[in-house]
Amino acid sequence: MTPELKHSPLEAAHQALGARLVPFAGWNMPVQYTSILTEHHAVRSQAGIFDISHMGQFLVSGPACAAWLNRLLTNNVDKLAPGHGQYTLMLNEQGGVIDDLIVYRSGETDFFLVVNASMIEEDFFWMASHQDADIILRNESELWAGMAIQGPQASAIFAAACPGETLPPRNGYATTAAAAIVCRTGYTGEDGFEFFCPAAAGIAAWDTFIAAGAAPCGLGARDTLRLEMGYPLNGNDLSPTRSPIEAGLGFFVDLTKPDFIGRDTLLLQKSEGAAVKLCAIQYTDKGAPPRAHYPVLAADGTALGELTSGVLSPSINAGIAMAYLPTAFSKLGTPLQIDVRGRLFPATVVKKPFYKAK
Amino acid sequence: MNVPADLRYSSSHEWLRLDGDIGTVGISDHAQEALTDVVFVELPAPGRKVDAADPTAVVESVKAASDIYAPVGGEVIEINPAVEADPALVNTDPYGNGWLFKLRVKNPAEALALLDAAAYTALIS
Repeated sequence: MTPELKHSPLEAAHQALGARLVPFAGWNMPVQYTSILTEHHAVRSQAGIFDISHMGQFLVSGPACAAWLNRLLTNNVDKLAPGHGQYTLMLNEQGGVIDDLIVYRSGETDFFLVVNASMIEEDFFWMASHQDADIILRNESELWAGMAIQGPQASAIFAAACPGETLPPRNGYATTAAAAIVCRTGYTGEDGFEFFCPAAAGIAAWDTFIAAGAAPCGLGARDTLRLEMGYPLNGNDLSPTRSPIEAGLGFFVDLTKPDFIGRDTLLLQKSEGAAVKLCAIQYTDKGAPPRAHYPVLAADGTALGELTSGVLSPSINAGIAMAYLPTAFSKLGTPLQIDVRGRLFPATVVKKPFYKAK
Repeated sequence: MNVPADLRYSSSHEWLRLDGDIGTVGISDHAQEALTDVVFVELPAPGRKVDAADPTAVVESVKAASDIYAPVGGEVIEINPAVEADPALVNTDPYGNGWLFKLRVKNPAEALALLDAAAYTALIS
């Protein structure tokens, strides 16, 4: 039996805007309001607003919580001054990815974590099962409405919608006079911020940002925008059987930390070299849109694996995709073929991102 | 929703315009709206023989690839190069420049089994 869908505190606003709502990660969420392509281009050229209320928020505090988080997460929270955040990963004992998340240091001994919607329960259970006595861990996911305002006009929209408030610097964290949380982060490659407020205040905030010029955008555009940047999506491009080294996320792993869960596997992969690598792949010519699970072949037809994500990029108008490939086939320029319903389309390994924000 | 009275429709949302034994096939306004932005179409090779309900073309939106079925049996005699170059024609002009392929219909009586505009309107409303 399918468990009942969860509902965003912004759902009434989506319905009023005529959104198409679909199940995503157990939530009834807008996939589009007008058209995925229109919304995609709105974010690249102006600004869009996404409902991200489905994402999870955890609060962590306690005198020793930084050291505790450093044992659970790959990046190093000691590098964060209060008011700053970092992308990081939570691994299982084998070094596989449980989740990717952003951790913000909201105070000297307080942290704010934003995790993937589909992983809220699993992440929380994992953290709670490793909890030290003096650590306070709270799942506040139900309490917050969340929205991401993204695009070159995002800071102008913030100034208009939140007069008297200051947008934090890139990756920064701030709170407003009305106790909302503002993070200068996103999932599109554009400038922008994520705004979290008490669920009951969500629709008013949403309407204010739209009145200030943000175009409502659904999960469809969110996916095309993130893939153009080569940002991984957990469940597609990240999995419990792949490490961040294999996923090309070594930058967000601090192997100099004395210990964190999964470190041994990562050290081994670092010294011996990973067997596979998550590669950015782009068609060299026009072709049918690449999609997750399509087979990837070498130039000579040898099967190499399957795509983890793929789309026809609206910005560069080419097929773009990602796949774990044997390291020997992961070098830039390696010729590949993508099998779409039996037709082979030529492609090559390219550098991330596929699209460079202007 | 636009459902022209002079066409026949399948329950899988293709339309058929019959002119003698030549049938032109596309997808309905309802279908293009449900599929959203069409970004790619894969058309059958001319000369291919198909039966009614055979998957004959593929229309792809940003999110998904959808099979398009032959509403009647016959031989593919022409495909629309304009939709290959500009797939959005399927969205903007589904009954006109967004047509997909033409068949030499084997048995025009098969078209009688398709829905008329009133029955198709009832199906989608």
